[in-house]
Amino acid sequence: MVTRSTTSDRGIPDGPGAAGTDADGDRYGRIAVSLTVLAFLFHLGAVACRAASVQRVPWGNMYEFSTTFGMVAVGMYLVLLALKKRVRWIGLFLTTTVLLDLGLAVAVLYTDSDQLVPALHSYWLWIHVSCAIISGAVFYLAAVGTFLFLFRDYYEAALTAGRAVNPTWANIMNRLPSAATLDKFAYRMNALVFPLYTFTVIAGSIWAQAAWGRYWGWDPKETWSFITWVAYACYLHARATAGWKGRKAAALALVAFACFIFNYYGVNIFITGKHSYAGV
Amino acid sequence: MSTESGPKTAREAEEGTAADRAAEDRATDVRETGSGAGGGAGDYGSAGAQLSTAPVEELGEVVPGSFGGVRGPGWRGALGWTLRECFGWLRWMWRQLTSMRIALILLFLLSMAAIPGSLVPQTSVDELKAQSWKDVHPNATPIYERLGLFHVYSSPWFSAIYILLFISLAGCILPRSWQFVGQLRSRPPAAPRNLTRLPAYTTWRTAAGEDEVLDAAHKLLRGRRFRTHRAGGAVASEKGFLREAGNLMFHLALFGLLISFAVGALWKGEGGKLIVEGDGFSNNLTQYDDFKPGTFYTADDLDPFGFSLDSFDATYARTGPQKGTPRTFRANIHYWKGPDGKPVKSSIEVNKPLEIDGETVYLIGHGYAPVVTVKDARGTVVYQGPTPFLPSDGSLTSRGVVKVTDNYRNKAGRQDQLAFSGIFAPTMVIDNQGPHSVFPALDRPALVLTAYHGDLGMDGGVPQSVYQLDDKKMTQYKAADGQPLRQVLAVGEVLQLPDGGGSITFDGVKTWASFQVSHQVGNGWALGSAVAAILGLAGSLFIQRRRVWIRATPGADGVTVVELAGLGRSESARIADEIGDLAYKLLPDAPQLPDPSGPGGTANDPSDEPHLPDEGARA
Ligand code: HEM
Repeated sequence: MVTRSTTSDRGIPDGPGAAGTDADGDRYGRIAVSLTVLAFLFHLGAVACRAASVQRVPWGNMYEFSTTFGMVAVGMYLVLLALKKRVRWIGLFLTTTVLLDLGLAVAVLYTDSDQLVPALHSYWLWIHVSCAIISGAVFYLAAVGTFLFLFRDYYEAALTAGRAVNPTWANIMNRLPSAATLDKFAYRMNALVFPLYTFTVIAGSIWAQAAWGRYWGWDPKETWSFITWVAYACYLHARATAGWKGRKAAALALVAFACFIFNYYGVNIFITGKHSYAGV
Repeated sequence: MSTESGPKTAREAEEGTAADRAAEDRATDVRETGSGAGGGAGDYGSAGAQLSTAPVEELGEVVPGSFGGVRGPGWRGALGWTLRECFGWLRWMWRQLTSMRIALILLFLLSMAAIPGSLVPQTSVDELKAQSWKDVHPNATPIYERLGLFHVYSSPWFSAIYILLFISLAGCILPRSWQFVGQLRSRPPAAPRNLTRLPAYTTWRTAAGEDEVLDAAHKLLRGRRFRTHRAGGAVASEKGFLREAGNLMFHLALFGLLISFAVGALWKGEGGKLIVEGDGFSNNLTQYDDFKPGTFYTADDLDPFGFSLDSFDATYARTGPQKGTPRTFRANIHYWKGPDGKPVKSSIEVNKPLEIDGETVYLIGHGYAPVVTVKDARGTVVYQGPTPFLPSDGSLTSRGVVKVTDNYRNKAGRQDQLAFSGIFAPTMVIDNQGPHSVFPALDRPALVLTAYHGDLGMDGGVPQSVYQLDDKKMTQYKAADGQPLRQVLAVGEVLQLPDGGGSITFDGVKTWASFQVSHQVGNGWALGSAVAAILGLAGSLFIQRRRVWIRATPGADGVTVVELAGLGRSESARIADEIGDLAYKLLPDAPQLPDPSGPGGTANDPSDEPHLPDEGARA
């Protein structure tokens, strides 16, 4: 059996991962993954407790979104690992950002348990927000891949051109998957959730129809989800048709993810609109 | 497949085709610097042709400039030349507009252009907010207005972008649809001569005859719903047309969305009505506070129905971190259909609008209406009833004006007009911030009023807000100390106008609720298009269009050589898995013979199922 393209476009194979070729390193890696699983279980318990305390889905304000979001992001990562995808390299970035996210949630966004304002009394809250959180988590994993792709791509370009690379840097870069693999990973993740994100926006507008009497009203939150959606569509287009792989597409993907993040933090905090009901 | 005993791996074959590889690499280079649209299928000649309907980018082909031809003498020549030139330019622009690159740029512009509308308050979203922004920024306002920044989503530049995008889309979709129909009718392309060059490939030798193998292969592929064609000692097959169909459906659904949106905007009817507890509404133009019909909606289209607001329930968090935030809002109503239908009891909540005869009634807001009685100097009641005040904060500190336009006579017996303007608070507190409310429920309701008399300016024909006072021709009453008359009234208390000019009594408070009555068209179409878009998108992104070829050729020693190869639009591990799986399913009909040249050639274990490593690039 022969399959082509087992190596990257540059013919550079995937790196061995953070552990390198060291058996001890690999063991530490396994321990780290086990600890991540444990942390995930605690996190799940915490979110479940919050849900029990507020007696509803814990997605009523930014504190609750943030905690659930971090949990789902780790969950997605563990799902990928369980599916035997070689994604252990995401771990470091994932746990760092999730800690940051949780820190923000606890220190800045914390809100005591409370009930919901009437506008949120709807089963569409369930559907719309859960989809948004899952989409966000997968977009996030893709963004990590894209980000690392850019570094690795510059590194590979330097290698191919025979330019000198700082040895420490080379040591780090060497362990990452090849640029082509990272690029493909990011694309697959983005393409995978794009339909779900589309559904999220549509579910939101069905809810808006019930709550406010119109399915689309260019409220800031709606506007930014439109912007995000078009930006991701742009990225997929670039990849699917114009053959814009590599850095240009990566830049588009990062712009799209930035829009997603702005829609979450920026719009909730800086812009007032109909969605700013939860007092952050 | 395991290298030792599996069907002959093509590793040797691959080594043998090093020259081919080099040629292919060159082809790849050409592709990458050249068209760039090839994806995984770019280098395989006719085998990879038309694996998609996506256009191949023709970068650098269209050159602006004169479209040539000799310009003949005289006016005929000039005319011919001009026509040719115009036509050439039009065609050039059309080609540009429908190119993928421009589509990409337009998409990007669309997302960028949507940003300002989220930062500058939009008149269509929140008129009051837009107005107060304009009041605060008098210098920027004219420029912003010129640029249409207060109505971005209907501004010429925003419209231009999406209209161009949709023209581009039409220009892209139509040819692709034709092409797709053509592809559906045509046969899968014949097997390329050299199958080993394809992205996934396997081969083995069998004692079964060629025809037997091909029959089995044909049946196998058919069974998996491949479109097949058998010719020249090989079965060619193709699958995954739903990908293309999905992609076309998605882009068509975008048109559906746009059209539904436009139809919805043109034929909608939308009106707002504020109703005080105990009052009613019937659906005709004169009853609305404001009415915003679409271009093609007229008063004749209003369905006869009505409803009355019996009471309004509102509860708020009394304790906890979100004290004062609303918990429930419910408008208890009776509604009736037709001019004299029977009233039916019902209720309207924020997420539960009332549907009557294709009209939908939404609960939009609520507030308080102080009930007052105004008497003139003679003691005659000249005004009595609830006057809605508009909330200005979350605790429902509300502002409003009681206007007395008729019948009032002052001490001298002369007709005059009165106005009482002020603040109502359901739970009043007066501190250094002035009078305001600290809780939205009616715990300690109070009114703070000042009084005016003079000309309310209502006769000028200019419509004015019932919530605002135009005090240009009014004189404020002064208290004995010369300060403006101003008094805090609890329920039951009276404000006396100076010099026996009359009085105003605060009798009580009623709640009002505001409703939006919407007549909506095209919602079903919008929803249908949205669903079609998601399904199409899922098809387009999750289904892989691919081709599989199975060839059987007589080998030198009387055995049959089976070859399987696959090609997908984009390289993916899945095509390799699929080829492996097909090979496995084909083995019973084409049992594998020991490989004469292989090392373990004699010991072929039939139970040694081909173990197919998924070597394809994997995340
Ligand atoms: C109106 C805005 C548009 C949006 C939101 C949009 C969105 C998308 C998305 C999300 C995909 C990805 C599907 C995939 O990867 O297979 C796609 C693919 C594609 N779009 Fe669009 N598109 C738009 C306009 C256009 C226009 C104007 C054109 C043509 C000029 C076009 C032509 C294509 C083609 C050829 C593909 C790829 C087909 C394939 O992969 O076989 N699209 N579009």
